[in-house]
Amino acid sequence: MSTQPAGAKDQVARLLTLVPFLHARGKVRLEDAAAALGVPAEQVLADLKVLLMCGLPGGYPDDLIDVDLDALEEPEGDGVIRVTNADYLARPLRLSPTEATAIIVALRALRGSAGDDTREVVDRALAKLEAAAAHGSGAHQIDPGEIPGGADLVRLEADLRRASGARRQVRLRYYVPSRDELSERVVDPRGIVTAHGSTYLDAWCHSADAPRLFRLDRVEAAHVLESEIVSDPEPPRDLTDTGLFPRSPETTLATLELDPAARWVVEYYPVEDVRPRRGGRLEVDLVIANERWLQRLLLRLAPHARVIAPAAYAESYAAAAREALDLYG
Amino acid sequence: MSGTTGRKSERLLNLLIMLLVQRHFVSKDRIREILYPGMSDDAFEKMFERDKEELRSLGVPIEVGSIDAYFDDEPGYRVRPDELSLPDIALTPDEAAVIGLATRVWQHARLADATTEAVRKLAAFGVEVDESALDIAEPRLSAEEPSFDVFWEATQERTPVEFEYRRSGATRTTTRHLQPWGVVRYSGRWYVVGLDTDRGQERVFRLSRVQGEARRAGAPGSYDVPPGTDVRATAMRLAPPPPAGETVVLVRRDAGGPLRRDAVAVETDVAGPDRRTAWDRVRLARSGSEVAEQLLGYGADVYVESPDEVRTIVIERLRAVVGRDS
Repeated sequence: MSTQPAGAKDQVARLLTLVPFLHARGKVRLEDAAAALGVPAEQVLADLKVLLMCGLPGGYPDDLIDVDLDALEEPEGDGVIRVTNADYLARPLRLSPTEATAIIVALRALRGSAGDDTREVVDRALAKLEAAAAHGSGAHQIDPGEIPGGADLVRLEADLRRASGARRQVRLRYYVPSRDELSERVVDPRGIVTAHGSTYLDAWCHSADAPRLFRLDRVEAAHVLESEIVSDPEPPRDLTDTGLFPRSPETTLATLELDPAARWVVEYYPVEDVRPRRGGRLEVDLVIANERWLQRLLLRLAPHARVIAPAAYAESYAAAAREALDLYG
Repeated sequence: MSGTTGRKSERLLNLLIMLLVQRHFVSKDRIREILYPGMSDDAFEKMFERDKEELRSLGVPIEVGSIDAYFDDEPGYRVRPDELSLPDIALTPDEAAVIGLATRVWQHARLADATTEAVRKLAAFGVEVDESALDIAEPRLSAEEPSFDVFWEATQERTPVEFEYRRSGATRTTTRHLQPWGVVRYSGRWYVVGLDTDRGQERVFRLSRVQGEARRAGAPGSYDVPPGTDVRATAMRLAPPPPAGETVVLVRRDAGGPLRRDAVAVETDVAGPDRRTAWDRVRLARSGSEVAEQLLGYGADVYVESPDEVRTIVIERLRAVVGRDS
């Protein structure tokens, strides 16, 4: 949903979209127009009242645009918007450079995940839009590149979405980085969620007997089974506020000090808090669901990250480093 | 909506209609007489300027021309219907369907809105959308880098940008000046390509390493992108090349899945540094400090045989942790 528009410019923009829309669709009810524009019905009504005061510059009553307000405001009105005398506004505005670029880049991204037949459709649509946006679009300067993981990943997502919708169980082969192993499990899918640039399957995992998130690029294979889910159906979690590792009894808050060489961590992982320290260092709070995951990260960063709390993690980190170093005698 | 906003909307729309329905240029005096009655010269000039700007920013192409060939000091204004409206794009239902899907691609509020707005305009051509027949999955494009918007706009407007940049591993940021040519996504991250005016050379910058706000530093249209620039090819050319070479490691049985998957060769059951588990020899077709970092993450499950450079990095970095602790 768009942000709530305010101001005359937005109102004029809406009207310049609404009038052609009504013109093309014929009978449109106020609520349907509001839904199509993504604003409340009262807003559309206020917009239409502005229209009533506009028209040809002659100043005669016949010059003005007419809106049948009775149909919209009277109790016996049928709620259908009728605008007359506005034929000169019947065609939509050209796409603005930002709109043209945004939609063309989005279609290019779609192209990468389409099957052969659909790719041909996307190409046709792109050609028409590019021709229509010939002036002023900077679309060729924005390149969305390949979607990470390519079409396979996007197809996997589509399969898992379908399985969630149909409440069918899925057998997953999944790579668990913290344990560095491939696992095989049956899950009851709940839906697909995204957070921090990655896409996850939220599912009830029968191996863990608990809800789990599976990062799609770590799914080696997914097989949708004939069997129906056995756990209670639940919508997927909303990760936008809680983050990937919502605080729960199973998670721990760890505080790390990062040298400049390890600052990239805050770009890659959801951090609860970041506090600048002297010498370009950062102190960060990270919610840890799995200590092994943290230990692997710390070893990767060695020696540019230090555990400030909890102390037990600092000890196991030092022990892991010593064990690795011992291999070299 | 307040009454003032409503009145301003009326004025803007009436101005647009007035300029649109006349075949000739409309004189400023006539515009003033009809739409801005009773205003002082100053107030009129200011308001008229602002109204024209607002209409232009909505995409209304207001032309300025001279009304009288003999007196070109009197400007007139008009909007050509064919310049104002979208050309008739005859979309087939399947094309309309993929265009409908495009609204769900951007995970970036402004661009998602812009796409939706574009689709609304196209929807005015009255095509019914049926997405069910499509053999397509929906990719998501995100742009979480705070400076993305500034670089995106600057690229389109050809406005120079100034920003603080921190190179990988560097402590300090430096102020950079760039004429952006394009914004490119690669491995899920956005980069900007352009002419670094301090160095007089083309450069690529990762947007996530831009610190704080990027700022416009010049007027729109103040430079040209070199003709024939392929922004992706430029980004690829300028990005640091993947380190060449070979790294040979020993990996414990049942560990190091990702290493095995991109290995050139795996030799099983070789002599290892201890006998706690069996060991396999894994050859990787890359080398350098990034590989060392990846290998460090496996702790005591991986032992580096060669090259010395990687082995030394791993040993020294582990020593730095252990030494500090003891």
